[in-house]
Amino acid sequence: MDESLRELYQEVILDHSRHPRHFGPLEHATHNGEGHNPLCGDRVKIHLIVNGNNRIQDIKFEGRGCAISQASASLMTDMIIGRTVAEAESLMGGFLHLVKGGDASDLAEDDLDRLQVMAGVSAFPMRVKCATLAWHTMKSALEGGSSAKTE
Amino acid sequence: MSFVPPISDFPILSRQVNGKRLAYLDSAASAQKPKVVLDAMSTFAATSYANVHRGVHTLAAESTDAYEKARAAVAKFLNAKHTDEIIFTRGGTEALNLVAYSFLSPRISAGDEIVLTKMEHHSNIVPWHFMRERKGAKLHWVDVREDGSINAAAFGAAITPKTKLVAVTHMSNVLGTVNPIKDIVAIAHAKGVPVVVDGCQGAVHEIVDVQDLDVDFYAITGHKLYGPNAIGALYGKRTLLKSMRPFNGGGEMIAEVTEDYVSYAEPPARFEAGTPPILEAVGLSAALDYLTGLGRTAIREHEHAIYTYAREAVRQFNWLRVIGDAEGKGAILSFEAEGMHAHDLATILDHEGVAVRAGHHCAQVLMERFGLGSTTRASFGLYSTREDVDLLIAGLEKARKILT
Repeated sequence: MDESLRELYQEVILDHSRHPRHFGPLEHATHNGEGHNPLCGDRVKIHLIVNGNNRIQDIKFEGRGCAISQASASLMTDMIIGRTVAEAESLMGGFLHLVKGGDASDLAEDDLDRLQVMAGVSAFPMRVKCATLAWHTMKSALEGGSSAKTE
Repeated sequence: MSFVPPISDFPILSRQVNGKRLAYLDSAASAQKPKVVLDAMSTFAATSYANVHRGVHTLAAESTDAYEKARAAVAKFLNAKHTDEIIFTRGGTEALNLVAYSFLSPRISAGDEIVLTKMEHHSNIVPWHFMRERKGAKLHWVDVREDGSINAAAFGAAITPKTKLVAVTHMSNVLGTVNPIKDIVAIAHAKGVPVVVDGCQGAVHEIVDVQDLDVDFYAITGHKLYGPNAIGALYGKRTLLKSMRPFNGGGEMIAEVTEDYVSYAEPPARFEAGTPPILEAVGLSAALDYLTGLGRTAIREHEHAIYTYAREAVRQFNWLRVIGDAEGKGAILSFEAEGMHAHDLATILDHEGVAVRAGHHCAQVLMERFGLGSTTRASFGLYSTREDVDLLIAGLEKARKILT
């Protein structure tokens, strides 16, 4: 199989997509966001509980989409639980650089290790929006907006 | 079968994509252009081009002549009774918006109704939503059956004394369904309601006779007809066009302009403000000649044979569900694959050189009707071959291995 395709659909991605972590509704959410990719019709909902210390105590996502968007959402929820809002946003900045093929050196080493599975997306410019939808939606939810679009 | 797909007429089909032979199965989104179309446009630009209907110099005369010949070619293609019943637009979308703005808007008020179907694509939905938002009109949706067909009789029930227009596609861009336009028109006309038909797909795959169908308006687009993009046309019955207010305002659509008065040209000029798509009209005319030369019936039979070959081939996949199996449908194969999202499939197919469309196909109402987020669509054209289908099938098998 072609190397870039193997890189895109590696086992970790497919595992996250088939068995998404933190999937479903979230009771007592303090922040909610809904993201929509108008080009493909994919939708994702992000629910967060942010406590008094600006720390993300819990996060869940719902929706349907391609393997890339589902894996990205699943990985994101897994990684930002327990972080502060500022840390989550900083992680997102590094992630966006990574999937767009830019400089992701500001990511902490263990974060980069975990996010590296998404780096294959950068070889598929048409699919970057799939990978970023959940992240944009999380940011929009944290900022108090309710919806995000990737276009 | 005697028809041999003229692949060598299409320069782009000889290129490779991701190191593989290109199998272009996205003609319903936009068809590739034969060399005769590209040559007609470039020769015209190199020898005869000028603005039309203005000036008395030789090039202006040659351009005007070519532009009006293109109009006559479209009229002939659709079997319009009069050449002046053809209005050039920037595409099918603009043609439908023209009907909404110039025909329907002055004739519709709050509480009036527009009947349309759930299989329309957005350009035959959103202009009518404008009428809902701006004029208080109500949209009445005719449902699609499970196999993708619609029941002409359902229009009889949907049309009320409040109905001002029926808007329906000739052929669905997702399901491939070819609708019984003649029956629908007869039902609507019996109740005094005009019918606009979106022919963006229908004119490509069906042999259209607007007089026989008795449609009031029929919209086409050039780029799906193997012609250039940025040109389309609206057929409208002469009496209706004459009764309609202008669309865009500008040069060429006027009779007289003073400081405090303006009067308008007769159709079709009334609806063609500004410099029209001249080169594109020349290209469209060449495309129509090309199609006629190959034989419309032969093309139709060829596409049907390729579609049938593909439809039979995918039966081996019990994880694949075809959306749209109506009797007599056109050469479009849309499907949903268990455990595989359309975008992932399309990425993997692209790596095999197979170009398909993935998404909602600008038909979100239809997606909702079938409970789908997106589908993958392979659409066939006159240059499609069994080999293209074989590549699609092999690509699907590969995607299945990767993704599940």
